Amino acid sequence: MSGLRARPDTMRVKRLTAVKKEAEETVSLHFSDELCSHASPGQYVMVWNPEAEEVPMSLSSMEHDGTSSVLVRQVGESTRALCGLKRGDRIGLRGPFGNGYTIHGSSPLIVAGGTGAAPLTPLAEKMASERLRPTFVLGARSEDQLVYRGRLEKLLGRDLLIATDDGSSGFKGLASEYAAKLMGRRRFDSVYVCGPELMMAAIFKEAVGMRVPIQASLERYIKCAVGLCGICAIGPFRVCKDGPVFNTEQLLAVQDEFGKKRMEPSGRAVRVDK
Amino acid sequence: MTKSLGPVPRGGHRNPTFISVEGGALNAMGLPNPGAEYFVESIKELRREKTPVVASFFGSSIDEFGEVAGILSDAGADALELNCSCPNVEGEMGMLGVDPSNTERATSAVKEVAKPPVFVKLSPNVTDISEIARAAERGGADAITAVNTLKGMAVDAYLRRPVLSNITGGLSGPALKPVALRCVWEIAEAVEIPIIGCGGVSSWRDAVEFMLCGATAVEVGTAVMERGFEVFGEVVEGIRDYLEENGFRGVRDVVGLAREA
Repeated sequence: MSGLRARPDTMRVKRLTAVKKEAEETVSLHFSDELCSHASPGQYVMVWNPEAEEVPMSLSSMEHDGTSSVLVRQVGESTRALCGLKRGDRIGLRGPFGNGYTIHGSSPLIVAGGTGAAPLTPLAEKMASERLRPTFVLGARSEDQLVYRGRLEKLLGRDLLIATDDGSSGFKGLASEYAAKLMGRRRFDSVYVCGPELMMAAIFKEAVGMRVPIQASLERYIKCAVGLCGICAIGPFRVCKDGPVFNTEQLLAVQDEFGKKRMEPSGRAVRVDK
Repeated sequence: MTKSLGPVPRGGHRNPTFISVEGGALNAMGLPNPGAEYFVESIKELRREKTPVVASFFGSSIDEFGEVAGILSDAGADALELNCSCPNVEGEMGMLGVDPSNTERATSAVKEVAKPPVFVKLSPNVTDISEIARAAERGGADAITAVNTLKGMAVDAYLRRPVLSNITGGLSGPALKPVALRCVWEIAEAVEIPIIGCGGVSSWRDAVEFMLCGATAVEVGTAVMERGFEVFGEVVEGIRDYLEENGFRGVRDVVGLAREA
């Protein structure tokens, strides 16, 4: 395309190979990109609909045939623009960036809240390929908001557990409450979470109390994605480069921010309210 | 070295604001910052931890430059860097640093209120950079930082449109180095005050090249992308080894040496 060899930090323009509805106001965008197809679960890409703003999105699948996808839920202007795309439309891509999850232990618990299932579903698939059997809590506000349920059921069978806030499916209540229950009943030796920050902070507290190592994928406003601009900083870390996945020790080091405050684009701190 | 602070909070331009290009990076962040007043606490905290702070700042008028400089000076910054050369907000606030008399006036306004040394960071996007450097020196600058990013742009062949939301951005990284070296060379010819070289410093060797052209110190930015924060230590160690290996007693022995060749 240009004189550049494909490097993660350069922008590639790709046509969407498929757009699939995954839940209410939620689609997955599929594209073919060599670098993304080799990414690790938990890594993210900067996705640009040329009509709107470029935004960070976790990779939700990385396939052997070279295709990958991101999961997009309409929450604002940029995500609405992405959800409006059709097969054949072009997007700009930078990445994959960030560290991804590190699999360890033999009895993993995965807790996904809402679109937090995006990086955790390929993580569960990777675990399964390594002969690990994770317990997976898939949470959402209601049944029609659950994503990747079919894909996870096929993979995990009865180890997929559903939680909905309104009780329309599975456990009635927050995914974090369900996770705390499970952790009280059974000994897990590693926990992997992604979802609303308050949910993650609640599970973090639980895991620390029980001395179970945890990894959480944080979301912050990201601009450069390569560790230069500093707008995504949390404590001494840059979410774009040192994260987005942080472990227990790192999360303990940023306890005064995690689940409490984040920076808005100007660099002013605002309260984390979900 | 802080990001550039202004009188009021700014969210900056919308993404895409950054892309890698051949030999470097293009950015048009658009001076996002929480406002100088808001940042005062952070400066004080850094000072308590004994971290030297160079506060970079900007304004949209001569008065604003003075106002922001006063806030940062009172906060206890060890030095101020007057950024009158950001290429990404030209439409909004003009680029003061392309005009010698404005550069001189802004510098004197800042010098009037600032207690610590004031560096003036210059733009390479000018016809004659030595003229601007002389203006900053007349205004009372304690040092010149050269240079800020070079104005550029990227267009995608398939999207058939500019990539950065701001259309143009600032080029940094290795591709900027030859331009920056030339600027330092010309400024060294024109002024007596020290020069801080920057623009593509990724290694000790780049740093030494800047010093040979007349820089007393260097700044490192874009190299963090590929080499991480370790790059700062690597550059310092490398300079030390170079000096020792070649029998120099210190950086001063090297500054401007290429000019004598």
